Formats: sequence, structure tokens, C-alpha cells
Amino acid sequence: MEEVKEQVISLPRLGEPAPTFEAITTHGMLKLGDFKGSWLILFSHPADFTPVCTTEFIAFAEIYPELQKRGVELLGLSVDSVSSHIAWVRNIEEKTGIKIPFPIIADLSKEVSLAYGMIHPGQSKTETVRCVFVIDPNQIIRTILYYPLTTGRNMDEIVRIVDALQTRDKYTVATPANWRPGDMVIVPAPNTQEMAEERLKQGYECVDWYLCKKKP
Amino acid sequence: MACISPDGKPTESGTKMLRALKSGLRAPEEIAKSSGLPLFRVRSGLRELVQASLAIEKDGRYELTENGAKLIG
Repeated sequence: MEEVKEQVISLPRLGEPAPTFEAITTHGMLKLGDFKGSWLILFSHPADFTPVCTTEFIAFAEIYPELQKRGVELLGLSVDSVSSHIAWVRNIEEKTGIKIPFPIIADLSKEVSLAYGMIHPGQSKTETVRCVFVIDPNQIIRTILYYPLTTGRNMDEIVRIVDALQTRDKYTVATPANWRPGDMVIVPAPNTQEMAEERLKQGYECVDWYLCKKKP
Repeated sequence: MACISPDGKPTESGTKMLRALKSGLRAPEEIAKSSGLPLFRVRSGLRELVQASLAIEKDGRYELTENGAKLIG
């Protein structure tokens, strides 16, 4: 009987260390470890010189100053060569006046794409889908977003996620649906009956013992 | 290489790092602050300078080699 071997690739998951890499980029050879101590948004796009990706790169360049204020670096990726990336970013600057200030990985070997689960054969066997990995200063994956090839990403949401994660880390709280900086945050739910009873006396704005909010 | 051009000359970012090393800065964080380059660029750039024998690294601190000092003048 013929033995069938199947390779199981484990996809990155929230709360786990981001897969390490050393990759050729438009800013030279970079390692994941080079970003240690900073927040990092690693994102993939399907291909250079394509319309949706071009609008996204312009949009990422536009939010880059806001991200930098929050200590966040950006790192793009696609299965294109570094020459293609250089030609594309130069073309974007020539046609729109917008400079792409962040590096882009040239992942021709697909090593990084596969490690991060960026290729979804149901969408394309050769291109990366629109992934976003938010990686914290300890290089732990804190958020993963996947968008299909045909849908450009929402930059406001990416900045909002960074704000929510940084608020969580600073104040040990959670953030409710549609939360924006300055809104009330959620106090972690009590773990015991005693804590639940005390919770209602602590001056928070409570719907009930398990849903209490406060100003951060 | 991002710091050294194929013709062997330092790029703008390479020059900034070499100058920072010449001024006595040793830690990547200090070099990033003085040069205005992002820390990730400084870390990768210093790695390149070491590979090109223009700098040496010991315990996470960097120094120019004789070749590095000659290149920056």
C-alpha cells in the first residue's frame, strides 16, 4: 500500500511568537528581529502594478506618520522581485507624488508568505491575499486580518486596532465594539461572586456586574 | 546592500551610520537617534557594515574598523 505523506503547515495564531524571517526588501536585507522593540504591521499584497494594491500602498503611506507616532513600523510583502517593487514605488511617486517610505519584502521564494499563511489557493495559487499581521514589540502576533484579492483594506480600522491594542496594554482593559480613542473602555469581567458584588460598588458605569465601563 | 553601493561607496544611510560610529556612538539605539534613521534600518545597516568589514560588533556595540574609518575619511 502506498504511503501518502501530507505536509501540515501550522499557521501563525494570535498570542504566539511571529515566525522569524530574513528577507530581501527594498531597504536591504531585513530580519524580523530588526523590528524588536517596535510595533510592526506586516502586510501582504497580491502583486505590484495592480490597481487595488496601488490604492492601498498610497493609503498605507498616508497613515504611516500616524503609525509612527504610535511607535509602529510598516513592512509590505508580495511574491514579486525587488526590482519590480522598486519600479512600482518609483512609478507611484512619479504619478501621484506620494513616496512609499516603508520597506517591501521581495518574497520570490514564498518562504515568508508560507510561514505566515498568506497564500490562500482558493483565491490564488501564486499571489498573496491581503493579510495584515499586527506584531507587538515582543514580536507576539496580536491581530491577524485577511481580505480577499478584490477588497482594499480599511486604513482607519488598522489604526484603530493599534490604538485598541496599545490601550489594552497600557490600562489592562478591553475595548467595546466600534471603540475609538477617548471612548469608555471595558473593565475585565470579575472572576468570582465576591468580585462581582464588589464590582457594582466601584463607581464604574455598569449595565450589570459583567459589563462595566470606565474612562481609560 | 542598503548601506554600501555596488561600487563600494557608502549610500546616504550608510554615510550617516559611519559618521555616527566615527563620532563615538556605539549602540544601535544611539545611532538611530542621532542619524534620524529608523532603528530597524540601523540594525540591518550595521549588520551590513560588519559583513563588509567596515565595522566590528562586540556585545551589541559597534566600532569602525580601519577600513571603515578610511571610507568615511
